Parts: sequence; structure tokens; C-alpha cells
Amino acid sequence: MSDQPLRTPATSRVTALTDTAAADYEVALESLNQWQLAWRRFRRHRLALVGVAILAVMVFLAVFGPIIWPYDPLDLRRDLPGPQGFDPIAMPPFGSDGAGRSVFVLVANGARLSMLIGTTTMLIAVTIGVLVGAVAGFFGGWVDNLLMRFVDLVLSIPFLFIVLVAARFFGGGELVPLILIFGLLSWPGLARLVRALYLSLREQEFVLAARAVGVGDLRIAFRHILPNAIGPVVVSATLIVANAIILEAFVSYLNFGLKAQDISWGNALARSQERIAVGNWWWPFFPGMAIALTVIAINFLGDGLRDALDPRAKE
Amino acid sequence: MSGPLGAGASVTALPAAGPSAAGTGATANGREPLIVIEHLVKYYPILGGLLRRKIGDVKAVDDVSFEIYRGEVFGLVGESGCGKSTLGKTLLRLQPPTSGRATIGGEDIFSKQGKELKRLRRRMQIIFQDPIGSLNPRMPISDIIGEGLLAQADAENGWKDRRIRDKRVEDYLEAVGLRRDYTRRYPHEFSGGQRQRIGIARALALDPEFVVCDEPVSALDVSIQSQILNLLLDLRREFNLTYLFIAHNLSVVQYISDRVGVMYLGKIVELGDVGALYTQPRHPYTIALLSAVPDPDPRVRKKRIVLKGDVPSPAAPPPGCRFHTRCWLRERLGNPENCVTEEPPLRDVGPGHRVACHWAEAVPEDVVAAAVPAVPPPPTGPGVSPVPGSGSSAALGAAASGGSGSGSTATGAEAP
Repeated sequence: MSDQPLRTPATSRVTALTDTAAADYEVALESLNQWQLAWRRFRRHRLALVGVAILAVMVFLAVFGPIIWPYDPLDLRRDLPGPQGFDPIAMPPFGSDGAGRSVFVLVANGARLSMLIGTTTMLIAVTIGVLVGAVAGFFGGWVDNLLMRFVDLVLSIPFLFIVLVAARFFGGGELVPLILIFGLLSWPGLARLVRALYLSLREQEFVLAARAVGVGDLRIAFRHILPNAIGPVVVSATLIVANAIILEAFVSYLNFGLKAQDISWGNALARSQERIAVGNWWWPFFPGMAIALTVIAINFLGDGLRDALDPRAKE
Repeated sequence: MSGPLGAGASVTALPAAGPSAAGTGATANGREPLIVIEHLVKYYPILGGLLRRKIGDVKAVDDVSFEIYRGEVFGLVGESGCGKSTLGKTLLRLQPPTSGRATIGGEDIFSKQGKELKRLRRRMQIIFQDPIGSLNPRMPISDIIGEGLLAQADAENGWKDRRIRDKRVEDYLEAVGLRRDYTRRYPHEFSGGQRQRIGIARALALDPEFVVCDEPVSALDVSIQSQILNLLLDLRREFNLTYLFIAHNLSVVQYISDRVGVMYLGKIVELGDVGALYTQPRHPYTIALLSAVPDPDPRVRKKRIVLKGDVPSPAAPPPGCRFHTRCWLRERLGNPENCVTEEPPLRDVGPGHRVACHWAEAVPEDVVAAAVPAVPPPPTGPGVSPVPGSGSSAALGAAASGGSGSGSTATGAEAP
């Protein structure tokens, strides 16, 4: 039975010695786990903190914006001060268009959809990418060959073309199909990355050791190897969020994206097209700024995470 | 020479458990083979060309047969790339064999699949060379050691239960000389020697009979090496273990082994009791290797035999005797033809002493004597472990007494 004491006197000799040694040796060492260490490194990364701050503002806008400023951004009958012009003191702070719609309310509302699209696209892409990459890299052989040729295939199709065609024929201006299209087209790069990580990690001795004690393949792949690949995966996940936000703006700008009544940053930009010519620069400026800031913030965050999650980093 | 630390209680205890005593003991009492390896072959295919077809083989292990007796330490030495690690890993089913047969206690190793293979893994474990790479940096010690228990859990041992598992993990941490409360820590918080102890605890937690030690001390500091070696010897006694000890350091192998096999290019060229092999080597390769072992005793005058050229590629080993391209003996004998045409079998040349050389009897005694000088026995102090025979024992005598018993210096000296 497992809880019977170990067999021999030699053990007790060892015990006795370690106990006495430990008594006067042990200085309560602070024992930090991986996440605490990562957080410590992350905190030192200034740009990453800036990124987090910007993202916090954006998330705040997305979550509470429409509650704090409960105006229908498309409502033309609302009584807003000033027919035109930019007056940051007066409401609306980002100005309004001639019809009395508030740019600020538009941006605040758009944050919701844009960030939702970014994160859900990322979740889909990460799930598929990690699964495909892990299986290909871990098992190798013909499985690897098959999966990677499929990745090549997906990557060889002109990306924008397929996005636009799919958005037109399957999207129909709806949110869920659009997210699915983005997600299903965003994973191949990540799959390649994960495969490469697995190819090197599966040769590590700790994997052999796990195999030697009888741990099963699936558990080795996802419980032993995956945590070691998490750093690069998280970083590339942040980039997928940023890309999806830009992609949505782009697709919406081309009028292949969301319906006009769904407000996203991309939509807001698209609607501002004719206004640029008139000289109402604030109409496209603020949604565009929101996109740029968010993407930059996410990139900073990814940068910080890459440094923080690198197990080779000391301290 | 007396060790720097002088005598300690555990030091005097060591010689009794020392390898020489255990070795002769095993030889005397009707030896029962635990591991039997027959014609083991492991080739790695070389893929090439446009269609990635097989264009050749790297012959890592090529028709190796030997047996390891229960309770002994079988040392396996050879240059890097000679196939010794491959042999160990193939034996443990960490790589599929190309052909051959192996048994552990009569149970076939290579035919097992699925549940049976998993069950078999309990009987044989491995300790790795790299104390950093062999521990998962993302897992706490409790999981690193406990994963094997969880994988091998059944109704009988109750290892599914976290508490039982943790208890066992702590027991084994203690057995290898670490503190019980280290379980929540991560590998990076430990020193090299401590990590190696964790690797040993992981291997032993499954209660194996047979452990492959794949260069377990090569990556460690010399002073830590002796601690780990002594720990391994203690644990062998404590848990009735049998070791296949793989190393490239001849002195280490001499210190820990009862019997030794010498590998060259995927073949065993000489095999015998440690005393016989180190004092009466019969294969020209072994003699050359032993002549290169540095000896700290200034009275010893060694005549080094320097081998010419490099080890040939295992993808295209030379015909006949694989060593003939570099053999000093063949040159001396006027390049006899059968070295090139005929592969020498591993044949008996003495009790338990086997050599794969056509001309083993023609080895000139004066060359052996010059390469492996029999030194006057060093002054025996309490700190010196009497390793049989040759001069290099002095080096390890020092190392052994530096370690002075595994447990004593364990926690204190190495804590981070």
C-alpha cells in the first residue's frame, strides 16, 4: 500500500540529518509560482502598463459607455447643442454631425462591437490554431503532413478576397457569421507557431520522463507541453485581437461588414466617408483614433506578456 | 589519499556497501538475470531526395546482446554518439526498437502495448542527464513526481487520491534527501544537484526494479557528482534496485559499477566485471580509453595511446571490425586481413569477460601495463573507498569522500 512507511534505516538517517540541517538553515524563502513571477516581470514593462491603461479605458467605454450616455447614436431627433462644429467642452465632446448625431456616443457604442469581434475572433482562432498545431507538432508524421498542407491551403487563398466574398454571401451583415468568418480564417499562422513550439518541446527530456512513467499522449500534449508554449501563444493571440478589429473596420468600410444600424468603429468610419470631403474631420478622426489606440495598446500588452511569460527570464 | 572532509560516520559505512563488495557478492550468489537483451537493433532512417524516401540508416545500436543481473550496477561507457543512450531509451520503450528482443524478469518488453505497456513501465524507470530539461518548468514538484503516480493509479494503490499521492511524493523527496515541504515549489527554485534528486525521486516513486541512469551526473559539479553517485548506491540498497548506468566518464563508471560494457559505434566491444575490465582490458579500444583517464597520483606514469582520426559515421560503419580504421593493435600486427573482412563476435576470454576482437590474445602485456599501470595501493584512510585495481580509483576516492554519504550534505549545501 502506498501509505506504508519507506522501508529502511537509511531513510531515517537521511531524515534525521535533513531535519537538523533544515532547522538552522531554512530562511523563510518567498516561494512564488509562475504567475506571480510573470506578474512581477510584467509590472516592470512600462509600455505594457500603458497598453493596459488604454485598454482599460476602452473596455470601460464598451461596457459602461452606452449606460452612462444612454442615447441612441442613430437617433436624429435628439436635441443636441450646435448644429455643427467641434466643441470639446459642450456635449457632445467629440462633436456632432449636421443631423445632430453624437460622434462620441457613436465611438462609445462602437467599442462594444469592435472589442467583442476582436476577442471572440481570437478565441475561435486560438482554439483551432492550438488544436491543429498541437496535434500536428506532437504526433508528427502523416498527421502533421496532412494538417500542415491544409494550413498552406488556407494561407494560399487571397485573404481579403475570401473575407469579402464570405462576408457578402454568408455574412449578410450579421454579427455572428462575420465573427465566424474572421475566426475561421485567422488561425493558420497560430497553428504553424504552435506546431513549431511542439516540435521542439516534445523532444525535451521532461516529455520523455512523462512518457516513461506512463502518462498518456493527450495529457502529455495538453497538460505537460501546452503550458510551456503559453507565452508565444498569448502574444500571438493579442495580435489576432488587434488584427480582427482592423479587419472589421476594413470590411465595414467597404460596406461588406455589419449592417448600418449595428454600430462599430468600422461602421462609424464607413459612414464618415462623405463627411471627409466636407471638412468635418472629427467624424472619421475619433473612430479611427479609437481603433489605432486600441491596436497599439494591444500590441504593447502582447509585448509585455511575451517578456513576462518567458520562463527563461530570470528574477 | 584522504578526502578533504576527513572521516564521517557515513563515510566509514560506505566501503561496506561499496561497489567492489556488492560486485563480488552478486557474482558469487547464483546470479539471476533481470534484464536480458538479445540482438537489439535500433536504426534511425535517413530520409532524403525529393520524395523524402529512405536513403540509409544511422545504425545507432547494431545487434547488441547482454544481460543485467538483479541487484547489480551495469555500467555502459563509450564516446558520445556510440549509441549508449539510444540503447537505454529503446530498452525503456521510449523509442521503438528496429528489431531484437528484451525481457525484464522474463516479461517481454517490446511486445507490450496499451495498458500492458503502461503497467510494464512501473517496473523500469529512467533518470536523465539534464537536471534542467528533465523537469517541467511549469509544474510544481508535487506534480512532477505525482504525475507518474496519477498515471499509474489503480484501485489497489489508491493513487487517484490527491492526499495519498502527496504523501508518497513527500516520502520520496525525503528518501532522496530533500525536505518534505518542497512539494509546492517549482524546478527553477532548486540547484542542479537538488533537481537531479527530484528526478531520482520521480523515477523511484513508482517502485521500479530497474532504473536506467542516463548520464545522471555528467551535467553536475564534481562535488555534487559524488553526492549523487553515493545517493544512487544508497538507494539501490534501500529499494533493491538494478541499474543500467550510462556514462562517458570512465572513473565514474568504475566507481559505481559491478560490471561494465564498452560500446563503440553501436556495438559492445568489451564486457566484464569492473575489476577485470579496468585492470586486464583486452580490447584495443578499451585499452586506449583507459590510457586516457587522467590520474591524480603523480607517481603513476601512464603511456597514452592516442587514437587517430575521428569516429566513423554510424550511417556507414566500416566493414569487418568497426574499430579497425583506428586500431593501434591492427597496425602493430601488420594489418591482418580478417579485421577488415570479418566482424569479430563477442566471445569469452575469461570468466564473465567478453571481447569482440579477433586478436584479443595478441594484445601485448607491456602496452596494457603502460596504459593501465598497476599502482601501489594508495594509503588507506577512513575516507577512501577501496575501488578495485587501477590508478584512477584515487580520483574517485577523493570524490567519494567529498560526498561523504549522500544525505548529510544534501539539503544544507545546496539549498538555493
